[in-house]
Amino acid sequence: MNFSEVFKLSGLLSKFSPDGKYLASCVQYRLVVRDVNTLQILQLYTCLDQIQHIEWSADSLFILCAMYKRGLVQVWSLEQPDWHCKIDEGSAGLVASCWSPDGRHILNTTEFHLRITVWSLCTKSVSYIKYPKACQQGITFTRDGRYMALAERRDCRDYISIFVCSDWQLLRHFETDTQDLVGIEWAPNGCVLAVWDTCLEYKILLYSLDGRLLSTYSAYEWSLGVKSVTWSPSSQFLAIGSYDGKVRILNHVTWKMITEFGHPATVSNPKIVVYKEAEKSPKLGLGALPFPPPRAAARPFSTTETKYEIASLPVSLQTLKPVTDRANPRIGIGMLAFSPDNYFLATRNGDFHVLSLCWHLSGDSLALLSKDHFCLCFLETEEGAGTA
Amino acid sequence: TSSSGILAMGDWMTVTDPVILSESKNLSQYTSETKMSPSSLYSHQVLCSSIPLSKNVHSFFSAFCTEENIEQSISYLDQELTTFGFPSLYEESEGKEEKRELNIVAVLNCMNELLVLQRKNLLAQENVETQNLKLGSDMDHLQSCYAKLKEQLETSRREMIGLQERDRQLQCKNRNLHQLLKNEKDEVQKLQNIIASRATQYNHDMKRKEREYNKLKERLHQLVMNKKDKKIAMDILNYVGRADGKRGSWRTGKTEARNEDEMYKILLNDYEYRQKQILMENAELKKVLQQMKKEMISLLSPQKQKPRERADDSTGAQGISDVEDDAGELNRESIWDLSCETVREQLTNSIRKQWRILKSHVEKLDNQVSKVHLEGFHDEDVISRQDHEQETEKLELEIQQCKEMIKTQQQLLQQQLATACDDDTTSLLRDCYLLEEKERLKEEWSLFKEQKKNFERERRSFTEAAIRLGLERKAFEEERASWLKQQFLNMTTFDHQNSENVKLFSAFSGSSDRDNLTVHSRPRQKKPHSVSNGSQVCTSKLTKSLPASPSTSDFCQTRSCVSEHSLSNVLNITPEETKPHQVGRECLNQTWSLASRPGSQEGGCSGCSLACTNSHVDKDDLP
Repeated sequence: MNFSEVFKLSGLLSKFSPDGKYLASCVQYRLVVRDVNTLQILQLYTCLDQIQHIEWSADSLFILCAMYKRGLVQVWSLEQPDWHCKIDEGSAGLVASCWSPDGRHILNTTEFHLRITVWSLCTKSVSYIKYPKACQQGITFTRDGRYMALAERRDCRDYISIFVCSDWQLLRHFETDTQDLVGIEWAPNGCVLAVWDTCLEYKILLYSLDGRLLSTYSAYEWSLGVKSVTWSPSSQFLAIGSYDGKVRILNHVTWKMITEFGHPATVSNPKIVVYKEAEKSPKLGLGALPFPPPRAAARPFSTTETKYEIASLPVSLQTLKPVTDRANPRIGIGMLAFSPDNYFLATRNGDFHVLSLCWHLSGDSLALLSKDHFCLCFLETEEGAGTA
Repeated sequence: TSSSGILAMGDWMTVTDPVILSESKNLSQYTSETKMSPSSLYSHQVLCSSIPLSKNVHSFFSAFCTEENIEQSISYLDQELTTFGFPSLYEESEGKEEKRELNIVAVLNCMNELLVLQRKNLLAQENVETQNLKLGSDMDHLQSCYAKLKEQLETSRREMIGLQERDRQLQCKNRNLHQLLKNEKDEVQKLQNIIASRATQYNHDMKRKEREYNKLKERLHQLVMNKKDKKIAMDILNYVGRADGKRGSWRTGKTEARNEDEMYKILLNDYEYRQKQILMENAELKKVLQQMKKEMISLLSPQKQKPRERADDSTGAQGISDVEDDAGELNRESIWDLSCETVREQLTNSIRKQWRILKSHVEKLDNQVSKVHLEGFHDEDVISRQDHEQETEKLELEIQQCKEMIKTQQQLLQQQLATACDDDTTSLLRDCYLLEEKERLKEEWSLFKEQKKNFERERRSFTEAAIRLGLERKAFEEERASWLKQQFLNMTTFDHQNSENVKLFSAFSGSSDRDNLTVHSRPRQKKPHSVSNGSQVCTSKLTKSLPASPSTSDFCQTRSCVSEHSLSNVLNITPEETKPHQVGRECLNQTWSLASRPGSQEGGCSGCSLACTNSHVDKDDLP
């Protein structure tokens, strides 16, 4: 594998453009846009303050840079480098900023989640949405960019508002049967909205596009509940990862659980293939697992040579027992990702230091990133691969 | 000695004769030396006592009777014996004399009797002793058994007690565990209740805090809005066009409705898509099920015919009926192919039925196979694999041979046909196959030719007749015309008729027949009615198909008197083979003095009339 030279980056802000042609990265208060193939700098923009968040518009024509401290959002154009746009929230403050799917509106969430301001780049109109909910995932857009679902909270009750993105008209507004809504997500087909409750209560609700409650699912009571939720690309399955270390899959026809996957500490099923990373250098013959903890961070990554060998069953996975007397413990399924061809589901359980799971579009390979390790997994699709 | 006179059986030894007693010490010595059980001691004593010991025989016996006391001993013995029932030892004497003579015979008899008795007693004694021994051993045995049983009883009692004890302990433990479980459950319930109550408390607190927070937010919001911060603004160089290039639209009620519509459209599309998918899947599955059912039926039906389904005739019959049912159902299902409840149920039910039958069949086969493995290849229905293969090989060989034979025969046949004979014979041979056919064909051909000739003849005759008819018609026409003209002329004048008519006639017609005609066209007055009546029939007949003008018919009728003549002539004519309505024609065909006659009736009439005119000469001959 070849690596390019190292570029400076601050705040982990680096994003490819949606069309895959450009790479935007931030260094302090500068925004650098490079060409993907040559990595040459195409544009260089200067913002007024340290950038905390950048986002490409859906058509790859604009980039927004949000500076939360100053309450500023600056928008840059790739077509016209001279073009500029600055949105100042002033005393309202800024905690979050994002594009609308058409790439012409910016949604700013003001401090304390007082309101969401919808700024339009086409017209002079400004829209306000009151009482947005301050939660993990309170805004979600449908894949075709038609509708936006927003979680709101009024009088200690959760509501969902569905807006039409073309004219920001309120389509539906309904109450949800949750204690304290934590996240919402549209299905890829744009017809079903999954709403899940706080981790104190395992509850996931499914609403239709027109606001009808389709189904409710709750696996158990009292213990910590849902940690992560993801839809399969075909909208046929909903995978729910919970704090008990299990992934439950619901099907879209009956919204009942069709299967659940456990993450046992010992792998003994003969059909499962376990790859164990072993270092080639004979000095330290310690085998490390595919997701090695940053124990090996002491040595520079490029000099260690490792290989993967198939471990014989039964294999007991190293698990760190995380402290459970803290809030939001690092147990349970923290990350879920379906492969784009609906074939595989990758999950991260427990305290493994995998920070991101990313599938290749073909569904053949999976990229894993930890704090200072990178792992590419290639999956055989003939016989079906097991957990890696 | 009288005191010791009474002797019991076993009291031989206790005869208290001092002499005897002293001598009995020896015996008692014997007996006391051996330490035996009292019973055996006793029996020994008896034994010893019953068998006189050789040592002390003489001394013992001499102790009782000595030289001196013979008389006393005899009397004593006599006394004893008589008391025992033996006869007296003394001879019978008459008087009471002191001295009685000893009856030797009696003594001997007594001795014998005593010996016999002694033997009997010994025997009896032996028996008793053996019985005694037996009983003793039995008793020992029983005692040992009793002891053993007592031991067993003891041990089992102890065991039982032990088990009872254990049972009690276990029950105790069980109760304890139950109690523990109950306690745990109670605790769990309690904890759950605690959790629930705490949760409600937290929720309540949360709500309270949230309300406070909301109030703060509201306040802050008001402040922010009120401040009218000039800074809250967007500074943009120029407005950008919309992504889709269209203009923005105002938000109106129509747009709202439109949005609603679009939303519902999206939802409906999604549902339809999903339903399509599900329908497709359903169809696939149904197809698979149908196929499975068909295959299962086909699998099962040949099996059911086998006679070795002895034990399950009922199910076999059931199977066959099921097969028939299912075949019918198959047709029904394929015809309908709806997804209605009944069809669905039918399909699944029939599949289940078939599966059950198949399962039972497979189980049966398994049993049979296992039986075969156990019994070996004794079952005549089971053919070993080798035999089967041999059979197939044999059959294949046979088939090959037959094929070869057929080939050779074919070759021979061809040879036969092709090369075996020379030209004549070949031609002959060739012909002989077809001779019959040829003959037949010839016959038919001759027949055909004959028929053809006949047809030709007929046709010729017909054509001739047609030609003649045509000619006659023409002549008749001419005649008619001339006659009409004559009449017309007669109406006006009387004189020049003959010659004119003749002229006319000859001018009109040109046929040879007319040459024969001698037209005598003398006008005739109207005949009386009777004649006309009589002739009207004919004329009416003749005038039926007259296409001529009414004038001609009038003329005909007026000239009915004239026609009568011709009628008679007509009627007298020998008819040809033609039909009666062609009377006119018949008339015409006569060679004598009749005008030519066309085929139709008009000519007939005119012909008649002409004939009438011609036959005016014969008017007298009219009937």
